[in-house]
Amino acid sequence: MSTQSANFINIGERTNVAGSAKFKRLIVEREFEQALAIALQQVENGAQIIDINMDDGLIDGVEVMTTYLNLIASEPDISRVPIMIDSSKWEVIEAGLKCVQGKAVVNSISMKEGEAEFLKHARKVRQYGAAAVIMAFDEQGQAETAEHKFEICKRAYDLLTQKIDFPPEDIIFDPNIFAVATGIEEHNNYAVAFFDACKRIKAELPHARISGGLSNVSFAFRGNNMLREAMHSVFLYHAIPAGLDMAIVNAGQLAIYDDIPDDLRERVEDVILNRRPDATDRLLDIADNYRGGKSKAKVEDEKWREGTVGERLSHALVRGISKYIVEDTEEARLEAKRPLHVIEGPLMDGMGVVGDLFGAGKMFLPQVVKSARVMKQAVAHLMPYMDAEKEALGLVDQSNGRIVMATVKGDVHDIGKNIVGVVLQCNGYEVIDLGVLVPCEKILEAAREHKADMIGLSGLITPSLDEMVYVASEMQRLKMDIPLLIGGATTSKIHTAVKIEPAYDAGTIVYVADASRAVGVVGTLLGDGAKTYGQDIRVEYKKARETHLRGQTKKKRANIAKARANKYQLKDTKYVPPTPIFLGVKTFVDYDLAKVRDYIDWTPFFATWELKGRYPAILENNVYGEAARDLFKDAQAMLDKIIAGKWVTAQATIGFWPASPDGDDMKLYTDETRQTPLATFHTLRQQIEKSEGKPNYALSDFLNPEGDYVGGFCVTAGLGEQGRIEAYKQDKDDYSAILFQSLTDRLAEAMAEHMHERVRREFWGYESGAHTSSEDLIAEKYVGIRPAPGYPAQPDHTEKTTLFELLGGEDATGVQLTESLAMTPASSVSGLYLSHPESLYFGVGKIEKDQVEDYAKRKGMPMREAERWLAPILNY
Amino acid sequence: MPKKNLNVWTHIEAAIKNRVLVLDGAMGTMLQGYKLSEQDFRGEQFADWPSLVQGNNDLLSLTKPDIVRAVHETFLSVGADLIETNTFNANRINQAEYGMQDHADEMSNASAKLARAVADEWSEKTPDKPRAILGALGPLNKTLSLSPKVEDAGYRAVTFDEVVGAYKSQILAMFDEVDAFLVETVFDTLNCKAAIFALKDVFAEKGQELPILISGTITDRSGRTLSGQTTEAFWTSIAHAKPFAVGLNCALGAEELRPYIQVLSKISDTYVLAYPNAGLPNAFGEYDQTPEEMAALVASWAEEKMVNILGGCCGSTPEHIGAIARNIEGINPRTPPKIAPALRLSGLEPFMLAGSLT
Repeated sequence: MSTQSANFINIGERTNVAGSAKFKRLIVEREFEQALAIALQQVENGAQIIDINMDDGLIDGVEVMTTYLNLIASEPDISRVPIMIDSSKWEVIEAGLKCVQGKAVVNSISMKEGEAEFLKHARKVRQYGAAAVIMAFDEQGQAETAEHKFEICKRAYDLLTQKIDFPPEDIIFDPNIFAVATGIEEHNNYAVAFFDACKRIKAELPHARISGGLSNVSFAFRGNNMLREAMHSVFLYHAIPAGLDMAIVNAGQLAIYDDIPDDLRERVEDVILNRRPDATDRLLDIADNYRGGKSKAKVEDEKWREGTVGERLSHALVRGISKYIVEDTEEARLEAKRPLHVIEGPLMDGMGVVGDLFGAGKMFLPQVVKSARVMKQAVAHLMPYMDAEKEALGLVDQSNGRIVMATVKGDVHDIGKNIVGVVLQCNGYEVIDLGVLVPCEKILEAAREHKADMIGLSGLITPSLDEMVYVASEMQRLKMDIPLLIGGATTSKIHTAVKIEPAYDAGTIVYVADASRAVGVVGTLLGDGAKTYGQDIRVEYKKARETHLRGQTKKKRANIAKARANKYQLKDTKYVPPTPIFLGVKTFVDYDLAKVRDYIDWTPFFATWELKGRYPAILENNVYGEAARDLFKDAQAMLDKIIAGKWVTAQATIGFWPASPDGDDMKLYTDETRQTPLATFHTLRQQIEKSEGKPNYALSDFLNPEGDYVGGFCVTAGLGEQGRIEAYKQDKDDYSAILFQSLTDRLAEAMAEHMHERVRREFWGYESGAHTSSEDLIAEKYVGIRPAPGYPAQPDHTEKTTLFELLGGEDATGVQLTESLAMTPASSVSGLYLSHPESLYFGVGKIEKDQVEDYAKRKGMPMREAERWLAPILNY
Repeated sequence: MPKKNLNVWTHIEAAIKNRVLVLDGAMGTMLQGYKLSEQDFRGEQFADWPSLVQGNNDLLSLTKPDIVRAVHETFLSVGADLIETNTFNANRINQAEYGMQDHADEMSNASAKLARAVADEWSEKTPDKPRAILGALGPLNKTLSLSPKVEDAGYRAVTFDEVVGAYKSQILAMFDEVDAFLVETVFDTLNCKAAIFALKDVFAEKGQELPILISGTITDRSGRTLSGQTTEAFWTSIAHAKPFAVGLNCALGAEELRPYIQVLSKISDTYVLAYPNAGLPNAFGEYDQTPEEMAALVASWAEEKMVNILGGCCGSTPEHIGAIARNIEGINPRTPPKIAPALRLSGLEPFMLAGSLT
């Protein structure tokens, strides 16, 4: 085994709560496994030493340092490298020293509390067998000049080597890297002072080493990573020859010296080496050009205003800047022969660039929607002139193609549809958006009236699937032959192939997975290759259908009697749920959304905008981090307004009822005497053949037969949302409309999370102990469950009717159910609460006719109707 | 209180420059040979002790001192320069297994006195070859780098401070008798660091430093300690003790141990000691390497100037030690190399900051 050795050491800072927001969050939330993964990643990426720092007000440093280092000790892939125990608190350092078997580095000790304390700590460091970083810090403070830095280091060196026999090779000086270019003149020479101090230390204090915290130097440019990386790189370029041996640095955030643009490098070098009095100003002059990496154009200030009107329009569209759009459009109109030429010329050219960049994965949905907003504003300005011209000349509308779009009857969810609409408009298609809850007749009528080239249908809840099949069969009956596009969260290629396509054979049916695909599909369907494409799709869907059907027959299902015999048996039969603090229903009107905000799960928010990745890592994503950051900034700003300005009213209704299991059902009673039945929740049981020891679950299995409770809830964050959405649409501001919708959607989910926590801790009170972290909430690491009708554990939406009746209907909840049992406002969530610690989320999966017959009988519902509601899960 | 026997160690320091010194063999193996009963272990003092104590070898220093003395005697008679006190387990933590934690220091003290007396007799008998005793600090049954709970890797059965406390108490019980301390059979370096910490604490309190010898254990042919360190990482982690000698013992026979002794010999600027097992155990757990075989193997280390102190661990009898002593006679010892000062660190593996020091 040869010794790892190096000439210069990059000390990883990712396991430093001060250096990494992510690591800090993981530590605060005690997600040690993930925190270990970060350490491992550093080692795998070549870190030769890992710096571990737990200095934070929220963290018990001694305890966490101990735990984390003990955990590292059990991970040979991490603990193979030495550890730097980093803390400004001696007790944390000492706790760390008690956990490492290897020879570690203490970072740091100093003479700031005097020689006696310094030597006491140094002796201890030696007794524990570690090396130490010594800060150039004495009773007077941190040394700033080269002379003072050296003086302190020399004094420390002499004390250590002469008084306590500390080996000089185990001394590592940190002569303080301070921020330069802060605007304060005294700071300008800080880097030079550091280099000079390094040279003297190396010349006069034999065997001592030098370290430093690199990121300090660029502190004045927080938020401008590209510039900071350049500063770090230039600093190291000069510091290493001066004697710097190691630095705490994020290795991934280090520019290659030669790759730094000449202009930037020269100005950074001027600053680092303090070469001219105006160095800071000159760096500031160009700093914004490098903000956010590649987005130079964005911050070329107003320079773009000097271009031709065509260039300006294009720039405004690509960058989503609406500030000058009306005046530029007007200028273009005055230059053009006809107002239409402005659209067909510069505006479409600009949108062409946007479309190309989007297609090439260089622009992302939020940016495209912003571009569309600019486009719409330009077109709105031109509209009156075009109308006047049309009237005068008797012209007919022209467009690349016309699409009628709608969210089908019974469904209210339309964020996705709105996004597709905007993207199609960006690409020159005319979109006629019929909105939500649109009955089939109205869709087909609009298609005929507008001579639509195709129809797009959207839906989120499962009954919408049937409605789509119905629309398709109506198109068949009416002998239409235009293409039909299918999209929305609940739809899928399989469903489209199996259910919808066979209903409509005169036209092409295409499932569109997301907005970025819509443009390609629409373009192909309207182009020369439409016929071939249609045939290809048919073949593809036929194949999908056959594969699906083949797969179907293989899956064995148990008959319902057998499934019931294999029900889940509660292990803890002694569990007695506490009595909720009230029985019956309670409504919280005008709920304060400020309390809810922290419960927002941002990952699905970004997914809505087709930015896929986990929050917060997504903000640093190499490809679309910038788009995500901009979107997040806009979202936060709008959220401030939504909450402060009460743009929406939030309301929550919750209830608890005594309950007991009754076969696969849950019987609710009016009161604790449990004599008078109040209502019944019907549940469905898994029928898939389970392996030995795996039960066939139904929700009723989780109720304690000895007496339990069932809770119910409906929360909404959407009261008043419609008006705001309309207002934005009026303003041609689809970006804000969609942003707003996607936020109220998240607020409703956050509210469900928040109320569930209050229920667990306060109203039902069966959970205590440490506050569950938001991450754990998202990971569903709480006690009990809140299954919602229409979701996998109870796929039957009609159970919502019972729930809403119990909760007091629209009067209490502020929420209405549509005929498809979608909730409106759309930003609403409802479901049940079960408390048993063994209760869990599961999927019912496909079920057999024997269960459906029994279920229909229990519900008093005609078999046919039951089969319609359960269509997506029927196994026959 | 200044110690009486400083002159013994002065002789040892002089002798080690001229020849390879001989350490004794396995106390445990020898005691087992007496096939002592539970009653023998208990003696009169512990006749009513509530739990079984058979196998608690360190207890024999109290209950059967003559036997322990006899074992020391035989090793000294075959030429051992250094003998270890019978205190491998005589610390509070290990004695707690027998409920005898409160008697641990008593055992340590009695063992040290016993070894002192026998060694002093031999020093008088052979004044040209003074004999020294090493206070043996063995490993603990609770370890600081490993969790005994599979499901909770962050858990530790003992704290650093508790380990320091246990060793300190044992060191204090032996301090006035021994010539040096031997931290041995180290399979967890963090435990060893706690022992070093305890030694330094006691030295500071007493105002007197005694020499420290440290011997690690490479568990198998992977070349690592049980806690995962390589030989070099182990040395880097404990070098701050500035030991008189560093070495390896137990777990392996001489043949298997050789490469790791070779590493230590090259990288450590102090004396090297080695006391392997008498081969690897056979199917019955017995060590059957003959004295001649073992002596031939370790003598070659002496000839190659790899070691300064040689002895034996499990399975090595006075015959083995005698054979070793005969085979290394007249061989010039290793001179510890000068190692250039450099920042050396370690995890499970060693790390060195090379590069110019401008």
